[in-house]
Amino acid sequence: MDWVNAIVQGTLLGGLYALFAAGLSLIFGVMRLVNIAHGDLIVLAAYLGLTVVVTTGLHPLLALIIVIPVMAAIGYALQRGILNQTLGDDILPPLLVTFGLSVILQNVFLEGYTADPQKMDAGAIETASISLGGLSLGILPLLTFAIAVGVIAGLQFIFYRTPLGRSFRAVSDNQDIAQLMGLNKRHIFGLAMALALAVTAIAGILLGIRTSFDPTAGGARLIYGFEAVIIGGLGNLWGTLVGGVILGVAQTIGAKIDPGWQLLAGHIAFLFVLAVRPNGLFPRVSG
Amino acid sequence: MPSILQLDGLGKAFGAVTVADNLSYELEEGEALGIIGPNGAGKTTMFNLITGTLSPDSGAIRFQGEDVTKHSAARRCRAGIARSFQVPQPFSGMTVFENAMVAATQAAGMSGHEAERHCIEVLDQTALLEKANVVAGSLTLLDRKRLEMTRSLCARPKLLLLDEIAGGLTDSECVSLIQTIKDVHASGVSIIWIEHVVHALLAVVNRLIVIDFGRKIAEGDPKTIMASPEVQEIYLGIEVDA
Repeated sequence: MDWVNAIVQGTLLGGLYALFAAGLSLIFGVMRLVNIAHGDLIVLAAYLGLTVVVTTGLHPLLALIIVIPVMAAIGYALQRGILNQTLGDDILPPLLVTFGLSVILQNVFLEGYTADPQKMDAGAIETASISLGGLSLGILPLLTFAIAVGVIAGLQFIFYRTPLGRSFRAVSDNQDIAQLMGLNKRHIFGLAMALALAVTAIAGILLGIRTSFDPTAGGARLIYGFEAVIIGGLGNLWGTLVGGVILGVAQTIGAKIDPGWQLLAGHIAFLFVLAVRPNGLFPRVSG
Repeated sequence: MPSILQLDGLGKAFGAVTVADNLSYELEEGEALGIIGPNGAGKTTMFNLITGTLSPDSGAIRFQGEDVTKHSAARRCRAGIARSFQVPQPFSGMTVFENAMVAATQAAGMSGHEAERHCIEVLDQTALLEKANVVAGSLTLLDRKRLEMTRSLCARPKLLLLDEIAGGLTDSECVSLIQTIKDVHASGVSIIWIEHVVHALLAVVNRLIVIDFGRKIAEGDPKTIMASPEVQEIYLGIEVDA
């Protein structure tokens, strides 16, 4: 039963990792931008949530009403103001610029919020749980997983069923032709980053409720996000969810064997997938 | 008739190679203009300049009286300039219908059912309707050419630029293509058509311009132009099947 429990808890944890990864996957899919600052943007969302909770007294989950649009606006401005200028045939400039952004963000957090670990208090929901066939399932992890599934389904819907998604896919497919079809790629990229950071807002708030965070917490989140995306296969959103779950399960099973093995087990699972299926488990078949 | 497009002294060079040399002409609204010239004469470059993929080193481009020389490709497309490519360039990961919808919603600014209806009409006209849900990357060459045509028509253009769309087609395919282009022209769309398949071109256009080394070397009535010594000379070595 302990093992079943570890797998179930790992699966639920995977939902959070999938949320870390979804924004990363979306940005890479639409504009081939590898965003090194993604982890720090997750932490930015957590700090914004903290600020909202402290100043307004709202419940952290309700703070999403404010944090999601703010993060989306930041995303659009960031893309139009800075990142669009770095995109081109060379993949190095966006890497360098987002790395710089990561350093800047971490220092801003340090200046604004000190190096002390912070946490958002979500009240009773944090410890509430339900029993199911001998397993004790936390309400918060369950909620996180449900949100992750909802977010991925929502993104999938946007991508394949809406005019906006069609624009994303057209630009991703062939930027030059898309522009000759009347699409303004700078604007489309801005919208893609806005959507990605809206998802990141959800990930950041859930992170800040689940665990304490500090100005340097972004790096590990970036790694988990990358690992989930690559395990699942680049450009495949449901694959990203599976990737997150595999990572989560590997970590909880590792922790079950020995607490010191938790993180290492996740990375080993990632390396194993990379060695056996370099394109991930569910690579998108290109046309 | 007012002019829909005006090229005024366009110049463009890639290093030492001149691809447009003081190129000027006007296109009247509703006119169909044919462009011929040897390979490498700068015909496709001229399209790139008109659509905004390239910007000219000198000169100006006016569309419907407005100077669009500095406008982005996307903006010119929304203003009503659409083109097809010699080498078809579909959004290969998307279905035929989605390809059409991108043009209808983004370029023509339609939405919802209006856009869908328009796409279905055009797909019917270009004989692609039964392949509407096929992923564009898996189409045959003929169907890719049809998709080029479809996409540019879905954009509801005022000016349609066709780049060697008849090349590589069989005679019967060519006949139906000519009919489609004639229909489009009859509906009031102005056309500039670059084509080596001269008999197809002559079936549609009212005027012909000959380009070589980025320069306009002859212009006028198609029959007269084709019979002129300059053109005969240029086309030696290139199949003249008119």
